[in-house]
Amino acid sequence: MIIKNKAIVADDWTVLRLQESEAAESIQVTTGKVIVPLKVWQAQRDILQQRKEIGVWLASDERPEALKDDIGKFTVIAVDFPKFSDGRGYSIAFNLRARLGYTGELRAIGDVLRDQLFYMQRVGFDAFAPRPDRKIEDALKGLSDFSEVYQTSFDPKLPLFRRVQRKGNQAESSQ
Amino acid sequence: MYRYDEYDQQIVDERVKQYSDQVRRRLSGELTEEEFMPLRLQNGLYMQIHGYMLRIAVPYGLISSQQMRMFAHIARKYDRGYGHFTTRQNIQFNWLKLQDTPDILADLASVQMHAIQTSGNCVRNITSDEFAGVAQDEVADPRPYAEILRQWSTFHPEFAFLPRKFKIAISGGKEDRAAIYAHDIGLAVTKNAQGEVGFRVLVGGGLGRTPIIGTEICEFVPWQHILTYVESILRVYNQYGRRDNKYKARIKILVKALGIDEFKRQVEADWVDLKDGPGTLTREEVDRVASFFTDPAYETLLDHDSKLNEFKADSRSFSHWLQRNVRSHRVPGYAIVVLSLKKPGNAPGDATAEQMDFVADLADRYSFGELRITHKQNLVLADVRQKDLVSLWQEASAYELTTPNIGMLTDIISCPGAEFCTLANARSIPLAKLIAERFESLDFQYDIGEITLNISGCVNACGQHHIGNIGITGVEKKDHDEWYQVSIGGAEGNDSSISKIIGPSFTFSQVPEVIERLVQVYLRERIEAERFIDTVRRIGHAPFKDHVYATAFIAQDEEITDKHVVLPAQYEVPYFSPRF
Repeated sequence: MIIKNKAIVADDWTVLRLQESEAAESIQVTTGKVIVPLKVWQAQRDILQQRKEIGVWLASDERPEALKDDIGKFTVIAVDFPKFSDGRGYSIAFNLRARLGYTGELRAIGDVLRDQLFYMQRVGFDAFAPRPDRKIEDALKGLSDFSEVYQTSFDPKLPLFRRVQRKGNQAESSQ
Repeated sequence: MYRYDEYDQQIVDERVKQYSDQVRRRLSGELTEEEFMPLRLQNGLYMQIHGYMLRIAVPYGLISSQQMRMFAHIARKYDRGYGHFTTRQNIQFNWLKLQDTPDILADLASVQMHAIQTSGNCVRNITSDEFAGVAQDEVADPRPYAEILRQWSTFHPEFAFLPRKFKIAISGGKEDRAAIYAHDIGLAVTKNAQGEVGFRVLVGGGLGRTPIIGTEICEFVPWQHILTYVESILRVYNQYGRRDNKYKARIKILVKALGIDEFKRQVEADWVDLKDGPGTLTREEVDRVASFFTDPAYETLLDHDSKLNEFKADSRSFSHWLQRNVRSHRVPGYAIVVLSLKKPGNAPGDATAEQMDFVADLADRYSFGELRITHKQNLVLADVRQKDLVSLWQEASAYELTTPNIGMLTDIISCPGAEFCTLANARSIPLAKLIAERFESLDFQYDIGEITLNISGCVNACGQHHIGNIGITGVEKKDHDEWYQVSIGGAEGNDSSISKIIGPSFTFSQVPEVIERLVQVYLRERIEAERFIDTVRRIGHAPFKDHVYATAFIAQDEEITDKHVVLPAQYEVPYFSPRF
């Protein structure tokens, strides 16, 4: 199960993670819906791009610009959070959406916990695979922690001061 | 000052709800301590030695009398009757229970306050000039921009898990009073040749393990673009700042590694896409926020109240206070008053609940209901009529707030140190007391003149020892004794510099004698009105070092069994404390 578009849904994608003994060039990617590491995509691009549906995932130290010429080829792009505290994935997501114009599913994988979800959806993630040892129903609640935000990011497109009429100093204007 | 509208209030209220639920999940075991830690830290909650410490944000140091009374209430209800004002213009309470913290946040929200991002690897509370809006040398008022930056950085979704903490300071005077060279980003509000407002932007300053003075990345960023420019700096840092070693994770290390030119190139390559986009500030928004920082209802008065001069002639103490603790105001007939939290014998920056209530009353009666907290751990009443100075002084003296030592040797800046903080190697507050008591003589202090002395209990530099004329740092040796390194030559402001260590470290009781010897060299060598820092710069470290180490120290240190628990810890220990 994952969270997608603010609902809990079934998921039939498999995330391929390379073991130390496995090489990106030689690993056999199973049939079906697979999200492969960037390195595997780069090594096996010619074969993988013939698939009807393919996904790719970026590690937090990889650059989204590596997908610049391929951005339209993926059904899903995932960004891995190796640790809760590693915030690089937020900028990766923002750049994928805002700079590279990616419009497909953008999924957060790895150490994904409830209290990150609100931030994640704002930088462009629309799918979340919360850590399996936690209740996914609880994680879902994280998406609605706040009903208003100040600054622009991928979502919303406008900062609060451009979206609403905010009042200045009342005492001042009445003088 | 700024007042919340329904949006600000809603965000802070929802934060209280979110945080309360996080605490509930921690107490029920749903969250591990490892998972809870980054959450509580983003809310300024540390697990310290005696309890949980909560750091409450005072945005750019500005606070209303009502908010100050809330601090007094928190001190009484949840703590031990006092609080500690910090070098980041915030306040810390040291003896809290985890279970109480959601209620404290709810209390704070009721007076438009919070503890959001006062710790953690995120953008911290924005700091500024304590004399903003009233200083005579002001180019432009930094407060509206400080508030705009506060809102922009609050819960910024992309920058909540940076490689390390991130501090922004903003100053608007010709003289920098916000230590902008010692921050990750330092902003100086300025005007270009056409009279348009913009910012000189510094980047990569910071203290801690590797103290570095910030470098100019852009001479002039027009005000419209300041948010997007700062965003681009943070995005480059978030992606490329080191995450493998927390001691090399601050932006200063990245800027050094890339060089300022390459760093600037990367920032501006990112900025090209944002410039003129929706994040660009509008005139309406700046005007709206600025409408909260207009002048209070000043009376038309003349400078130099005659009664003041009369009283000055009669009272030496008042005259001292006027000279040291009162500053010129840009409006005739008004003065800026610094209330000293540095009475020798007291912990620097500490205030009791009674003092907090009292200064709130003073603010209501004498200064339009507002106060400021300085990064030098004192309080400011920014708009006092000169004719009220005598009565204010008399009243404040009864609460030990008029020690005439601002900018003098006993105006010591100090972190809480090993008695409170798990990071500290050595005690700070007792050392500050020992030094202050030794130099309590006002005549001697006035002879020494302007000097800054900063104490940090460890290399993390909460006491900002690198930019003190004299800096003291607690260091730990193998035997777990406490030792202190002494350095000289640091300064903040327009001529910022990082101090250098004079030599091998000292024991606790040797330090006052070291200070005395440093001062002796200064008094011997100074020319005319030279300040301590000027003499150090002119003659170099060698004469100071030679004199300090020339003869043995007589002072004997008492045996301290455990420097962390010198205070009796008859107290409920923190939830899962690392120390008990």
